[in-house]
Amino acid sequence: MLIPCPQCGPRDIREFTCKGHETYMHRPSPAAPPEAWDDHLHNRDNPAGPTREMWHHVAGCGAWLVVERNTVTHAVTGAMLAREVAR
Amino acid sequence: MRVSSTWQGESAASVTFTFNGQRVTGRAGDTVASALLANDIRLVGRSFKYHRPRGILTAGSEEPNALVTVGTGPDRMPNVRATVQEIYQGLEVVSQNHIGPLHRDLMAVNDVLHPFLGAGFYYKTFMWPRSFWERVYEPLIRRAAGLGALSGEAGGATSEKAYAFCDVLVIGAGITGIMAALTAAEAGADVILAEDAMVAGGQTGPQDGQIGDLAAGDWSQTRLDQLRAIPNVRVMLRTAVTGVYDDGSFAALERTGLHLPPGPDLPRETFWRIRAKQAVLATGALERPIAFPGNDRPGIMMTSAIATYAERFGVVPGRRIAVFATCDHAHRTIAALARQQGFSKLTVIDPRPDAVALGDYRLIAGAEVIGTRGRLGLREITIRKGGTEQRLEADCLGLSGGWNPSVHLTCHLGARPVWDEARAMFLPAPGAVPGLHPAGACNGTLSVAGCLREGQAAALTALRAMGRKPRAPALPDASDDPGRGRTLWAVAAKGRAWLDFANDVTTKDVKQAAQEGFTSVEHMKRYTTQGMAPDQGKSSNIGALAILADATGRTISTTGTTTFRPPFVPVTLKAMGAGAEGKGFAPERLTTSHAATLARGAPMIEAGLWYRPSYFPAKGETTWQQSCDREVRMVRATVGVVDVSTLGKIEIMGQDAGAFLDFLYTNTFSTLPVGRARYGLMLREDGHVMDDGTSARLAPEHFVMTTTTAAAGQVMAHMEFTAQALRPDLDVRFLSVTEQWAQFSVAGPLSRELMNSVLDDPIDDTAFPFMGCGAVKVHGIPARLFRISFSGERAYEIAVPARYGDALYRDLVARAEVLGGGAYGMEALNVLRLEKGFITHAEIHGRVTAFDIGMQGMLSGKKDFIGKAAAGRPGLLDPARERLVGLKPVDPDGVLTAGARLFKPEDPPEARNDQGYVTSVGQSPNLGHMIALAFLRHGPEREGHEIMMIDALRGIRTKVEVVPPVFFDREGGRARG
Amino acid sequence: MAELIATSPLRDLTPITIGNVTLTEGIPGQVWAVLPWRGATEAASTALQSAHGLPFPAPGNLHKAGSTRIAWAGLDQAFLLGTTPDTALAAHAALIDQSDAWAHLVLSGPATREVLARLVPVDLAPAACPKGSARRTLLGHMSCLILHPGGDTFEILVFRSMASSAVHDLTRAMTAVAARDLRGAQTPG
Ligand SMILES: [Zn+2]
Repeated sequence: MLIPCPQCGPRDIREFTCKGHETYMHRPSPAAPPEAWDDHLHNRDNPAGPTREMWHHVAGCGAWLVVERNTVTHAVTGAMLAREVAR
Repeated sequence: MRVSSTWQGESAASVTFTFNGQRVTGRAGDTVASALLANDIRLVGRSFKYHRPRGILTAGSEEPNALVTVGTGPDRMPNVRATVQEIYQGLEVVSQNHIGPLHRDLMAVNDVLHPFLGAGFYYKTFMWPRSFWERVYEPLIRRAAGLGALSGEAGGATSEKAYAFCDVLVIGAGITGIMAALTAAEAGADVILAEDAMVAGGQTGPQDGQIGDLAAGDWSQTRLDQLRAIPNVRVMLRTAVTGVYDDGSFAALERTGLHLPPGPDLPRETFWRIRAKQAVLATGALERPIAFPGNDRPGIMMTSAIATYAERFGVVPGRRIAVFATCDHAHRTIAALARQQGFSKLTVIDPRPDAVALGDYRLIAGAEVIGTRGRLGLREITIRKGGTEQRLEADCLGLSGGWNPSVHLTCHLGARPVWDEARAMFLPAPGAVPGLHPAGACNGTLSVAGCLREGQAAALTALRAMGRKPRAPALPDASDDPGRGRTLWAVAAKGRAWLDFANDVTTKDVKQAAQEGFTSVEHMKRYTTQGMAPDQGKSSNIGALAILADATGRTISTTGTTTFRPPFVPVTLKAMGAGAEGKGFAPERLTTSHAATLARGAPMIEAGLWYRPSYFPAKGETTWQQSCDREVRMVRATVGVVDVSTLGKIEIMGQDAGAFLDFLYTNTFSTLPVGRARYGLMLREDGHVMDDGTSARLAPEHFVMTTTTAAAGQVMAHMEFTAQALRPDLDVRFLSVTEQWAQFSVAGPLSRELMNSVLDDPIDDTAFPFMGCGAVKVHGIPARLFRISFSGERAYEIAVPARYGDALYRDLVARAEVLGGGAYGMEALNVLRLEKGFITHAEIHGRVTAFDIGMQGMLSGKKDFIGKAAAGRPGLLDPARERLVGLKPVDPDGVLTAGARLFKPEDPPEARNDQGYVTSVGQSPNLGHMIALAFLRHGPEREGHEIMMIDALRGIRTKVEVVPPVFFDREGGRARG
Repeated sequence: MAELIATSPLRDLTPITIGNVTLTEGIPGQVWAVLPWRGATEAASTALQSAHGLPFPAPGNLHKAGSTRIAWAGLDQAFLLGTTPDTALAAHAALIDQSDAWAHLVLSGPATREVLARLVPVDLAPAACPKGSARRTLLGHMSCLILHPGGDTFEILVFRSMASSAVHDLTRAMTAVAARDLRGAQTPG
């Protein structure tokens, strides 16, 4: 698989680690009910098709990316800097 | 018999090798197979199950029969295809799968027993009694199973792995691939042309007439020479593309040095990872055998192989050659061979009544081969024409049942090939692999002109996909007639007719599988083992599924194929793991004190990738325990020096640096005064402890954080995630400075005295109180000093730029020794911290909370931080959780072990009674007994209780007392000074 | 007062010549990480330009002005090589000394790209990695920064602690590449 790092260009996945679904970016407020935290920490869909995940270019530029990919075809359709998405 | 050689040249040097100890002379450029055939050696091995005599079936990497073991010692390689292995002076080749000499294999009794050894024999036979499974059957089957064996010796010549990149990867250097490579190269693309064989040209030969003004057989080599001269073309011969992966990734195996004697430097094989923007598949087609009784004897081979041995090596594989052919292509081949020396007595048997001879050979049309004779090699064939049978003397029989396109690589991403009824072939599914364009014979196109046309078209498609606007040069003139043929999977006749020569699967086995209900092609494969030998059924899969389709009354299309998976040809584990032997397994991280530490005789232990001293043996000490005890006492009494550079150090700067640390740590850092350090606890978002360490404030907007050695990488990734994905609003920048600073801990009552002997300006406890920090100069070099302690003693950590690490370490240790102290290692460091109850990743192993380790008080109520919400869940605050305690043996001589479980003394030691576990142990020389940290249900509530420690693995039971997890200087006065 | 003697990460390990490729230790002098504050990349670039005659590099770029160079080194991160950053830069960027953090290897000779192709998973051919490139990637299992000043020369920065492993892996690759020429095996490219 190739991940198109916005900083480094397309790179082999051996340079990346995957944290999981982009849910990790959307942190509930500290006062959110336990159910919201439970969803944030533990509950994930298992999509057959497009998904958005957090990947870290750990052996490259150090950027965290939101990668759009298809779990069925393995096609990677996009990657954005997480901080651009977070803003 | 050798008559001439066009490819090797008449002047090719003689090369002598041995086959089963017998000296055989071939020519430079020969394969083992061509050299054996040149010497009239036809018997080269035994089949897997029936131990039938087996010869050479093909001239390529698809060979199922001629598997041999080559080389000696650690360089020995089993299951090597004799049709691929090139000979070199001194090569040792031995045959496989027989007990006793090859021509008198004792296991050949299996062939006599064949009525009892049909499909599923092993599954049915070795079922009962159950007690025989491991004791009798397994050793029996293991002895009979397998082909060649490795030597069992480590070492030997190395292999390597490498990466390659290109615009267009062309797979196969037959005429199709060469045309594609020429087209792509002319358009300026970077081209890799990979060819499995050691020579270009594929199956093209004299039977194919002219290509332009060149003989078809010479065209490829001429054009290959042109390609080699183009700078943007890389020609990789002896390189099989073995797998197709996502996004234009290909694996390929190069036989880099396998054709030469093993040497110390040249890799035997190179495992390539190729990244191509586009690719052209030009893998050609494999000739299809025909199933008929006795079709497996040595001397029976593919007609295309006869042509290759004749063309490439000048070898005539028999004196009386017959060919059983169902297609015009074979007739053209025989007609061309008939014009050559040594091929005077050729007979073609063709089941088509209207077949016409195309040259000077005898044709028996409307006939079939229904049997063969010859114990160790073909002697005679039986031909049936109409109702009559006749025998024909033959020592070589060619088979031509048509062509199976090599579609394998198009299926590696999950696509299935499509059956083309008109051409009776499986063809690549359109778009099977994005960016991979099949062309020529692998795409079902068999005429010379068709191959050239498709090769060019595929390259043009690839170039356009890359946004180029290539022009299409005129194609050379060539024949556009693919010839006609008839499909004949199996001859209707009595007797065993082989499909899979390697695994001894006959048409009868496939029919039996169907009868017994294994009608899915995947089930048939596993039941009969068809296609499961090293050749992966390259010559038998299509025939077997055709027989299965017939037996189950289905079409070939609905029967379908089994799954094609990488690798296309066998890949040695040595090639895949190349470079990972010894020091290549993982990088070694060495501290600046490494050389000085080794010079002092310290054994090193691994801490992640780092190497750290275990202990420093002194004169007269014979065990590590003696050294450790001395070092612990030394630090408590005088002063010790240890390298702590392996701890992660992260410099954090910016106007929001304090706010960032407040968000990362459970406790508050924005209020930390400049010149002070503070212990911090970091949680994961799920409320469990990630790491701990101290962070120091060097300036209002400048902190330096330390992490544990083990978690440095994880913490850095966590901080990057936090800064980029969660808090991009904060203006903070940070960078690892672990490698920039060499840092040494100087610990013990005399530590200040030692520090003042190296510092330019002496310090006192006012300038550097406990948890103080600041800039200093050591021997004139700017340095950082931290008064922090992991031993419970007065201690300082001094950090200098790494270039001075070696010198400062030697200086500090020498000065410590003058003061009665010295260097100490990890064993002593561990005991010192255990006596103080300081935790490491043995305790914060990922499943414990702040509550569990008694640090609930460090969870600030005034601010948000990572892990705060989850850490407050009732389940994580349950008093019954396993919580940190200290343990000491009731009997001072009692042994404590890490990993042991804890039970109430009255309970049987069963999982349901488990009360907790021991995480760290050490012998405290100050207390005179072992001490331990442990996690125990209700932990602190049980101080003073006696419990049982049971280490079932080592057979140790020790009664222990639960105590607070601080064993020494509970008030902490020694460190604070 | 005693004097602390400086030691280099690659002492005793280089130079090494195998075949037509030579591995030496580079002398970058100062290495300073320049990390522009949030939203201050432009301002940092302007300050760099006036103080050192160099811009803040775009991803993948290496610039040179006299004996001073600046290399892109990651997200919001560049390495200023060969000089101490001007104090005026501190208003626009965090400045962190990395002079002792890296082992600096220089690989040169005709087969340099083939040697690196054994260890580096990115394309270093001239078209993909022209003169003046900087790449964060892997050297075997090691995180590294690769600089290409031009010609057949590549500079590789790895963690100081991994210097001996880097030399080990590169030596092995140099040996394998050189052996192809010596043994008459085909040489790709
Ligand atoms: Zn990147």
